[in-house]
Amino acid sequence: MDLGKASLRDISSAVKGKAISAKEVTNFFQQRIEKLNKKFNAFVTLNESAQKEAEAVDLKIQKGQDPGFLAGVPVGIKDLFCTKGLRTTAASKILANFVPPYTATCVQRLQDQGAIVLGKTNMDEFAMGSSNETSNFGTCHNPWNTDYVAGGSSGGSAAAVAAGLVPATLGSDTGGSIRQPAAFCGLAGVKPTYGRISRYGMIAFASSLDQAGPMARTVDDCAFLLDAMCGHDEKDSTTSARPWEKLAAQKNLKSYKFKVGLPKEYFEHNIEESVKKAFWDTIENLKKQGVEFVDIQLPHTPYAVPVYYMVATSEASSNLSRYDGIRYGLRAEPPAKDWASLDELYSVTRAQGFGDEVKRRIILGTFALSTGYYDAYYSKASKVRRLIQNDFIEAFKTCDLIMGPVTTSPAFKTSSRINDPIQMYLNDIFTTSINLAGLPAMTVPVGLNAQGLPVGVQIMAPHFAEATMLSLAQGIEDVSDMKGKVPHGV
Amino acid sequence: MLNKETVLKVAKLARLNISEQEAEEYQTQLAKVLENFQKLTQVNTDGIEPLVTPSPIDFYMRADEVSQTVTVEEIIKCAPDAKGNLYKVPPVV
Amino acid sequence: MAYSDYEAVIGLEIHAQLFTKSKIFSTASTEFGEGDNTQVTPVCAGMPGTLPVLNKGAVELAVKTGLALHCEINKKSVFSRKQYFYPDLPKGYQISQYDLPICSNGYVEFYLDGKLRKVNLERAHMEEDAGKSTHHGDYTLVNLNRAGVPLLEIVSGPEMRSPEEAAEYSRAVRQILRYIGVCDGNLEEGSMRCDCNVSVRKKGVEKLGTKVELKNINSFKFIEKAIEYEIQRQIDTIEGGEKIVQETRLYDSTKNKTFSMRSKEEAQDYRYFPDPDLLPITLDAAWIESIKKSLPELPLAKSQRFQNDYGLAELDANVLTQEKEMSDYYEEVAKNSGNPKIAANWMMAELMRELKDNKVEVQNSPVTATALAELIQLIDKGTISGKMAKQVFAEMWTTKDKPSNLIKKLGLEQITDESAIAKIVDDVIALNAEQVVQYRSGKEKVFGFFVGQVMKLSKGQANPDSVNKLLMEKLKE
Repeated sequence: MDLGKASLRDISSAVKGKAISAKEVTNFFQQRIEKLNKKFNAFVTLNESAQKEAEAVDLKIQKGQDPGFLAGVPVGIKDLFCTKGLRTTAASKILANFVPPYTATCVQRLQDQGAIVLGKTNMDEFAMGSSNETSNFGTCHNPWNTDYVAGGSSGGSAAAVAAGLVPATLGSDTGGSIRQPAAFCGLAGVKPTYGRISRYGMIAFASSLDQAGPMARTVDDCAFLLDAMCGHDEKDSTTSARPWEKLAAQKNLKSYKFKVGLPKEYFEHNIEESVKKAFWDTIENLKKQGVEFVDIQLPHTPYAVPVYYMVATSEASSNLSRYDGIRYGLRAEPPAKDWASLDELYSVTRAQGFGDEVKRRIILGTFALSTGYYDAYYSKASKVRRLIQNDFIEAFKTCDLIMGPVTTSPAFKTSSRINDPIQMYLNDIFTTSINLAGLPAMTVPVGLNAQGLPVGVQIMAPHFAEATMLSLAQGIEDVSDMKGKVPHGV
Repeated sequence: MLNKETVLKVAKLARLNISEQEAEEYQTQLAKVLENFQKLTQVNTDGIEPLVTPSPIDFYMRADEVSQTVTVEEIIKCAPDAKGNLYKVPPVV
Repeated sequence: MAYSDYEAVIGLEIHAQLFTKSKIFSTASTEFGEGDNTQVTPVCAGMPGTLPVLNKGAVELAVKTGLALHCEINKKSVFSRKQYFYPDLPKGYQISQYDLPICSNGYVEFYLDGKLRKVNLERAHMEEDAGKSTHHGDYTLVNLNRAGVPLLEIVSGPEMRSPEEAAEYSRAVRQILRYIGVCDGNLEEGSMRCDCNVSVRKKGVEKLGTKVELKNINSFKFIEKAIEYEIQRQIDTIEGGEKIVQETRLYDSTKNKTFSMRSKEEAQDYRYFPDPDLLPITLDAAWIESIKKSLPELPLAKSQRFQNDYGLAELDANVLTQEKEMSDYYEEVAKNSGNPKIAANWMMAELMRELKDNKVEVQNSPVTATALAELIQLIDKGTISGKMAKQVFAEMWTTKDKPSNLIKKLGLEQITDESAIAKIVDDVIALNAEQVVQYRSGKEKVFGFFVGQVMKLSKGQANPDSVNKLLMEKLKE
């Protein structure tokens, strides 16, 4: 078995069937990380106990016990998810030394099914960024071309899979943070319905938008991980009680019998030619397979980015108040002999601990919630947010799924946009509406452009309709040019 | 609307020690963000309920049961400064 | 100073702990006085990625309290974040309720100077308590055991006009909380806290004066004293040509003064917004109804019923319904003894004195309601005299034994056999010939002497009616 290309189902079957041990699988990927990670800066912390955990899985198998359906499957975890005994930093200086005494529910569920956490992956600080350039660990590089960004905020999770350092990773998506890096790195990436996967132990950026999700080379690998993670959690009362029907049981995800909506507003934007071409080629392909397309309208699309930034920064300003240098994380050294006041300790610690982008967002969010501005900003944004959701609810009366691009362009060059926050924010134009509306959406890779950079398409679905979404995604994947392609030199 | 003084005031409220120069920088950048937000004034939101939790999830409460899975030592170990099992901070006056 | 030209306007914010086993948003215990930070989960410490999950028990107690306070229970209410930085506030915000509380309106009734008063409530909302900071000069230590303990904040309208009224209102609220079993209302231990909003205005003026919030008041007596001081201070300030500053002042009971908490450079901006980690509380009517059914009879209604059913005086009925346990005890004694009035007398005289002297709660009384009822029946049957009964009661208190057993053991049974009494009477007459002569010659006062002698010889056990009757007969002979 070529472990570097094997599917998650194949790996776990082989481990369970004793064709290969979980320890050997772990070894294989650990060696790849050792050899290649410095080139991409995808992993930021490695799990020293991975070998031992793999041995425990092997022991279970030897004893005839059920090791779980992810037996021996190595995974990388975005450094946003708390892992007991394993440093978790959100790529921020303020948490640089934080070792949580608890594990995020979704990570625990992967481990309960026998998955092996190899380490924590790079990301934008507190998931605030679209290029992984705000990380305290430095930029992460795109395996398809290291001059380009891997995307963000789950850049490390994307680069790790694209470089073959690990077959699958966990990311998080607040405004496109799974879908955009997946598109930039040629991967499938799923942002489930808000409430499908517990947020417990996932360091909060914006509570009403954040959602964890899998990133992998194939649609089915993603589906396999969703089976382990989805479902109600008593530690997160914003998880849905709806049962998750195991996708693993479906022999064939692929289906073409869909009516897919194409939102005209998405094509009024300045989209780079290669992205446009890849998208319409995919549509043509699907038409030939019998997929029906209808034009739909999402009239409030132009407001999505400003609404998103208002809601996300407001919630973030509040969520990040807990980093005060008292119970965990960084406490700055006093500038004089002693702290002049407690407020000085807070202000200096937070100024030292947070990076520029995080501070910018805290200030914006604090402003939006402050007396005299609440109605004009936060409240107004929350109302328009409902109108954006209503657009989708209306649209889904005439179609099963919606398709659109993920981004206006493929990956951009490192440092090309970081100094222009507005430009960076507008980058999220096709992804933020989904988080505002709480809907599931995903990226499916469809090919490489002339520069050899991956391009993906986005599928959006009604609340809780992940199964439908994944089956169209499987159909796209089957006819995509991306199949079997890997970056040079990895 | 968002001048430098407001930025400094807001930074104080958020307990962020920022320099005059940083305040100026943030002011320029954030003014642009707010300008972009101004287009929302075109949208009529009369009678529209604000949306917070964006998917249909049923209200859930847990039963009143005690469970303690983490020890005080594990909790206090994370603290930058402690005395015994208590968090230690500069005097609050 | 023209104190009488002014009128005080007082409103109270009472924070009552809801007595649940676990905290409002975490599974940590709410037990009082355990080891430092031992009742702290990652949720209580506001650790990264942790989330609040609402305790159903806390909601139930909040609804129960709301119903007892005649509030409307809102089918939908919302938790908001109240944001400020303080070391004992782990998340940098307190989860509270802001524009949509769980209970609205409502009222509390109580007696003030013999008149029924009704104070309207604006709202009652749920929130989490903060931790506790202790100050040690060079440093401050923080304990989060209390962080996340469920509270209900009961907000009255600005309807009270005197310190006495405010104190009586808070006593009435405490009594209700204790009756329904949601809180022990202990001001000293902090399970109940009382913040008072006080302002003054010239009589006849409609507009409210600038209000001052008083905190740190840990007894009902101090509520009265703090408000009294504050009213005087405000009048003095105004009369002195100065303005009242809107602020929070702390009450120092040793100095009996209020003083400004801090010279705040600017007003707090709490930046309330709905907490996205918690869905709005949605309650169905059936659950509210079932909680309503579980409510016990409340003190005022019970007092009224005692007056009607048991013929008690208003004052006695109020005393006996002060505490739920006391009223339950009374009803048992009243019913089992078949003599509600005597039952009330016995409780208010003997029982309450012993309870108070020995600092015992009525539910732990060594004299049970059944035993006291039996004692009353024995008096009514004439088995013992009322005077003897007091002796028996004292024995019951120390031995916890049944009165019938004790009477036998102590040989206190009344002698009702008239032939036996007649024999004693004969003996007394024979022994006191001189007094007999005096009596027969018209000196009727001597009669008391004979009674005394008979009782002495019978060790107090002779039935007094029989003694009187027989002495009369025999002395006439």
